[in-house]
Amino acid sequence: MATPLTDHTIYQKGAQVYQNQPKPGLWARIAQVFFSLYALSFYFFLYAPIVLVVIFSFNVSRFPNNWAGFTLDWYVKLFGDYAIGFALKNTLIVSISSTIISTIFGTMISVGIERYRFRGKAPLDALLFLPIIIPDIAMAIMLLAFFVLVKMELGLSTIIISHVAFNIAFVAVIVRARMASIDPGLEEAASDLYANEWRAFWRVTFPLLLPGILAGALFAFTLSLDDYVITFFTSGPGSTTLPVRIYSMVKRGITPEINAVSSLLLLASMFLVPLSLWLQRKGDDT
Amino acid sequence: MSPGNNSDAIKLVNLTKHFGEVVAVNSINLTIEDGEFFSLLGPSGCGKTTTLRLIAGLEIATAGEVYLHNRPLGQTPPFKRPVNTVFQNYALFPHLTVERNVAFGMEMQGVEKQEIKTRVAEALDMVQLGEMGKRKPKQLSGGQQQRIALARALVNRPEVLLLDEPLGALDLKLRKAMQLELKQLQEEVGITFIYVTHDQEEALTMSDRIAVMNYGDVLQVGSPGEIYEHPKTRFVADFIGETNFLNGLVAEIEGNQILVNIDDQVLIKAQCTAPVTPGQPVSVVIRPEKLQLGSEGLIDGIVKETIYIGTDTRYILQITDSTLVTVREQNINPDYVGVFHVGDRVGLNWNPAQALVLTE
Amino acid sequence: MATEPKTRREHLTLGVLLSPSLFWLIVFFTIPLLVILIYSFLDRGTYGGIVWNFQLDNYIRFADPLYIGIFWRSIVIALIATLICLLMGYPMAYWMATRSPKIRNTLLLLMMLPFWTNFVIRTYAWRFIIAREGILNNTLLGIGLISEPLKLLFTDNAVILGLVYGWVVAMVLPCYASLVGLDQSLLEAAQDLYANRIRTFLRVTLPLTLPGIVSGSILVFVPSFGAFVTPDLLGGGKADMIGNLIQQQFGSASDWPFGAAISTILMVAMLAGTLIYFRSLRNETEQES
Repeated sequence: MATPLTDHTIYQKGAQVYQNQPKPGLWARIAQVFFSLYALSFYFFLYAPIVLVVIFSFNVSRFPNNWAGFTLDWYVKLFGDYAIGFALKNTLIVSISSTIISTIFGTMISVGIERYRFRGKAPLDALLFLPIIIPDIAMAIMLLAFFVLVKMELGLSTIIISHVAFNIAFVAVIVRARMASIDPGLEEAASDLYANEWRAFWRVTFPLLLPGILAGALFAFTLSLDDYVITFFTSGPGSTTLPVRIYSMVKRGITPEINAVSSLLLLASMFLVPLSLWLQRKGDDT
Repeated sequence: MSPGNNSDAIKLVNLTKHFGEVVAVNSINLTIEDGEFFSLLGPSGCGKTTTLRLIAGLEIATAGEVYLHNRPLGQTPPFKRPVNTVFQNYALFPHLTVERNVAFGMEMQGVEKQEIKTRVAEALDMVQLGEMGKRKPKQLSGGQQQRIALARALVNRPEVLLLDEPLGALDLKLRKAMQLELKQLQEEVGITFIYVTHDQEEALTMSDRIAVMNYGDVLQVGSPGEIYEHPKTRFVADFIGETNFLNGLVAEIEGNQILVNIDDQVLIKAQCTAPVTPGQPVSVVIRPEKLQLGSEGLIDGIVKETIYIGTDTRYILQITDSTLVTVREQNINPDYVGVFHVGDRVGLNWNPAQALVLTE
Repeated sequence: MATEPKTRREHLTLGVLLSPSLFWLIVFFTIPLLVILIYSFLDRGTYGGIVWNFQLDNYIRFADPLYIGIFWRSIVIALIATLICLLMGYPMAYWMATRSPKIRNTLLLLMMLPFWTNFVIRTYAWRFIIAREGILNNTLLGIGLISEPLKLLFTDNAVILGLVYGWVVAMVLPCYASLVGLDQSLLEAAQDLYANRIRTFLRVTLPLTLPGIVSGSILVFVPSFGAFVTPDLLGGGKADMIGNLIQQQFGSASDWPFGAAISTILMVAMLAGTLIYFRSLRNETEQES
């Protein structure tokens, strides 16, 4: 069983072993300090832009390069902004719908693929993998071309369809991983204990799968919430979503309202992600 | 189902299982009686687990039939067979408490809630884990998990209990303790146990009867004594316990006893009930503990090695240029040194009735 | 332990489980893909539509130095971004992997949080920082390190910065996973055989974590090569990459067939690059063994 890599000390056995390690030399300790400083600046680098956006959402000045005082005006203005409210509504409709659909379909195909052996499994694997690796822009234009070709009007439904198209693949990755870690002997044991296939699945496999399903759903929701490129190309007038609105506001020139709405969106994502991870990890306890 | 009823709990008729090209179970015929502790013994890959799974319904036979109390089981799925299995890795449901695990089979069968509660408590008491009901499997030790798996299966009062190497993951001491516990449990409960193992000592300890298997075939069926003292094939003799194989040609035949010529240097007296002809190549099989060393004997040998193992001393003797035999002598001698030393010329004695002749 | 479906019921179950996703992925993924593929061989209509006139013109047109230039520039930018991510990300992964197991998960979480927020917002935020009157310049001028503001925004470098920022976590995560899964007894064995820390790292740790590096590189390169938002927001039209080029064909330029052709070239290049990368790495590891 692999034990985690450690560099200068061994942590998992506690103080006893720690004492047996030779104390690292001076150079090594200086290096350690620099290393940790590097890590700290890495985190700083990651968070700086986000923190700035949040800070400047409270800035009185319209211009982001000087601080002119604290205000909540922009948030207030946000609540009165009809266009943003509309975009938010659309975003929620799209995200929730596409999440529900892609989670159900993605889970179904995960169960099917992991449970059964059949011909055509390899191409199916590839098909499930493609939406993940294909560049956003390529997927966006091909969906656009398709919708125009079949004369489907661009609107919320086309956005939802597009989101489901890529979310199925992401949900499948997460649920499949969870499915593969479930001992197949458990369903056999259930069968030995008088449960038919349907009951064996619902009473044994499904509860164990649930954390993975929820994690997948949350992941899909986040991807949907934040998507710009594909949404932009497959949306029509009247079906703007929040990321698309933000983008057009940015291109036209930064108004502080953008920072306000962005801060809210950032905070929402930052809440959902730990939730998804926590759910995935909860399942790993078995 | 009273013990001693002697009806057939399980009957396997020409049971065969192929996995693609591989023949896992090769048309075996076996009868297991009610109330016995029956073991399927053999090395990895011999088909014993597959046979067990065929009885459980977890595999469907390619050919042949499984009869449970004279009812053919056919293609009945496992959830419709009144047999239960204790799995090698226990297969306890990680998301359910111990109680819910044990209750599972009864819930599936629609047993009444109050009855379930009572029987679960009984089952847990029977395996001495009455306090652990509300815990989750991962909170229990290996030995405890094993006992829960047992309780979960037995609580359903199956007609036959199947056990697939349930003690494999336990350490030696625990395993030995569990072997006795399982044996006692089986005698108490009276249900037929079919036990799969590769550990011949385990099988000898626990079973009423053993079927020795290899490459999908049943080589011999009998009580531990029969199998140990009268192995019918070289494989069985070798697999069970320690054996000396002395290969030679038949020299003389005198009724039930024959003389076997080993390497033109030594003549071994052995028991032989099968018809043999002079000059026929045979194997004489003598267990190390059946040989006694003394100053004189039926034949001579030179001590090559002595190995002290506490209860016994093993001696390795050269009896011909190319044949060695192992002899086990109990250390009754108060000193810990063996009586004989390397280089000694000693005599070997044995009762010819305990030297068997095998032709295959 | 996947089994073959045996009974008719099992076949039916499998069919039901697979169908919805299969339908979706075929109708709303495979077919659109084919549509684009076909369009790339068609002609552009006078008013921006499609004329069903099969030709290779779009691909030939791409051979123009202007477009090839953009193609190569995209590759170079993506490669540079990937390299920087590797140089920045691997040490970070190493640092994380050598922390106490108790705080490792928290560190991981802290790293992932920004990564999953909106890409557009995270990218445009850099405009605040690297603009002529942005925070970086103001700070540097204030300290006195420079006398004139640096021209950072709307350059290739800005795009590289944006890509690195956007995707470095995608490099850290697989490297971290690889490092954490490393069997410590291997390192102990190396040290038992007289290798000092540096050599242990170079000869044992690095090769064994190569799969993580490969995954990370692909996870950074692919979106960088096909990037659209980053060059659009931070490049300001002066650092167009293939993604922008494609978008223009579907926007102002209204030349869908050409756009389709470029998109096809992009996807083929991506696929080829990934395969070559895999293949060459497999050869290297085979040569060593």
